[in-house]
Amino acid sequence: MAAGSIIEVENLRRVFRIDRMARREAGKELIALDDVSLRVQPGEIFGLLGPNGAGKTTLIRILCTLLAPTAGRAAIDGLDVVKDTARVRRLINMVSGGETCGYGILTARENLRLFTELYGIPWRVARPRVEYMLKVVGLEKKQSVRTNKLSSGMRQRLNFARGFINHPRVLFLDEPTIGLDVHSARQVRSFIKMWVSQHRDSAILLTTHYMFEAEELCDHVAIIDQGRLQACDTPAELKKSVQKQTTLELTIYGLEPLPESWHTLSGVIKLVARQDHVSQMTHLNAVCTSPEVSGELIRTVATDGRRLLDLRTVQPTLEDVFINLTGRSLTEVEMLPDIS
Amino acid sequence: MDKVRYFIRVVIARAYVRVIGAQRELSWVIGDTLLPFLSVSAFVLVYRAMKAPPEYTGFVVLGGLLMTFWLHMIWTMAMQLFWEKEMGNLARYLMTPLSRPALLLGMALGGIIMTSSRAMIIYLASRLVFNMRFQVDEPWMAVGIFIVTLAALYGMGMTLSSLFFMAGRGVLYGMQLFYEPVFFLGGFYFPVRQLGMILATAAAALIPTTLGLDALRQTMLGAYRTGLLRPSVELAILTAMAIMFITISIIAVHRMEELGRRYGKLVLKEQ
Repeated sequence: MAAGSIIEVENLRRVFRIDRMARREAGKELIALDDVSLRVQPGEIFGLLGPNGAGKTTLIRILCTLLAPTAGRAAIDGLDVVKDTARVRRLINMVSGGETCGYGILTARENLRLFTELYGIPWRVARPRVEYMLKVVGLEKKQSVRTNKLSSGMRQRLNFARGFINHPRVLFLDEPTIGLDVHSARQVRSFIKMWVSQHRDSAILLTTHYMFEAEELCDHVAIIDQGRLQACDTPAELKKSVQKQTTLELTIYGLEPLPESWHTLSGVIKLVARQDHVSQMTHLNAVCTSPEVSGELIRTVATDGRRLLDLRTVQPTLEDVFINLTGRSLTEVEMLPDIS
Repeated sequence: MDKVRYFIRVVIARAYVRVIGAQRELSWVIGDTLLPFLSVSAFVLVYRAMKAPPEYTGFVVLGGLLMTFWLHMIWTMAMQLFWEKEMGNLARYLMTPLSRPALLLGMALGGIIMTSSRAMIIYLASRLVFNMRFQVDEPWMAVGIFIVTLAALYGMGMTLSSLFFMAGRGVLYGMQLFYEPVFFLGGFYFPVRQLGMILATAAAALIPTTLGLDALRQTMLGAYRTGLLRPSVELAILTAMAIMFITISIIAVHRMEELGRRYGKLVLKEQ
């Protein structure tokens, strides 16, 4: 494995045997991760992008020592996650979005203290950390309130604070801003950036559904779909890979399905439709060989008797990269069951 | 920090949750003390109506006290890892480097402290209402039996918590089937010897409270001397049970974690 990487994953594979309870599928196997390899350097925020069921959480659980891989190898700071679990656990922490933190009967401060004790951090060291983290997540004034009396957003912020309490070398953030209001999510993102800049020997592995979040935060992004790694590079490089093409966004009135012929139009590489049932409009995302293809698209829409409401050229995003790699939209992709 | 100090800190931290919880949610006072006291009272009144010797009041109260520990062990301690998983805390615990036996011990210790306060309320209410008095001839023996009974009982709970965790939600329904038979075999409200030696010995071999209760009755109720075995023999057997259950619980929790990692059962699906 390469020297200097803080997370190293080599040919990782995880297969789940479907539970006896799911009778129709019983005994079948589901490949959650298939031959995944990646490396994360210290001081880096590394993003994992993919739809639900893509294998992101499975990968995080293996790295967190909560799940054993079927094959392959994974290491944190050179320590194997299967053989050196005890030492790996001293280096990591994880925050999953949507979780609550600890026990509702304990106050916010008590819950954080509980976890400092579970990590074996002496209170004289832990106390300023607890106070600092309560301040960071804006719960200073609520520190003596029982967790079951906090709002769900506050509980999630508390959970976020818990993730940093042991000063982990590797922090896993699984959808950390899901369910947070705009202001809180922005604060969380600012803190993540600041924390990594202050802890250059640490790294964060982040999964998110929000493309802008990945673009704003991540130094490198891996796109994962159906258990396989599709691409891994900096956001800028990934976007460059689709920049040679033009992405056009068309808004058409009505919800009729697209004829098959639209997909095979000359100059159109990929065409993904998203129906908005509220506004009764269909949004088309067309990856084209050049801007001139827009003329052909306009003609086709008109010939088919549809009303074109809007047409614009869009700058490529990580969503476009995902579409380019998988032929599907990240937000619209058919969800696979996550059985891990 | 050395390992021993870390171990103790984890035990105290986890026990604190249960102790502080009992202080903050006082609804248990009715459910966990008043209702068991009513059961105790019913049996006391039956024995009094039958003109049984006065020590039978203490006999029933002791049964009621030990029963609170049994119920706590089977419904809370034995299900604890399962509930921790349901609450989403188990994954967070297992991700830390803490000692797994320390975690179990913390759960058990917290439960013992909390249940002791419940037992104390039942005891004080019994003294007040029935003018009940224990007559302890060998106090250190009685204390020893009580502590070792709890060690065996909660050792059993620590073992069951790993087993029930792997068995999952189905255990909740299975427990209902065992509720009444265990209640009967525990001899909580009658001398266990009445079951006959074979059944009583079998019950004593499986349920630590059966033996502990029998020994406590012999040491705390003066004239009552119709126990299953001599208290010193029962204490020795309970000590062996405590060592056995605690040892098995340590093996079981590590095995549970290993299997959980292999089959992906340590975290909830939707987490």
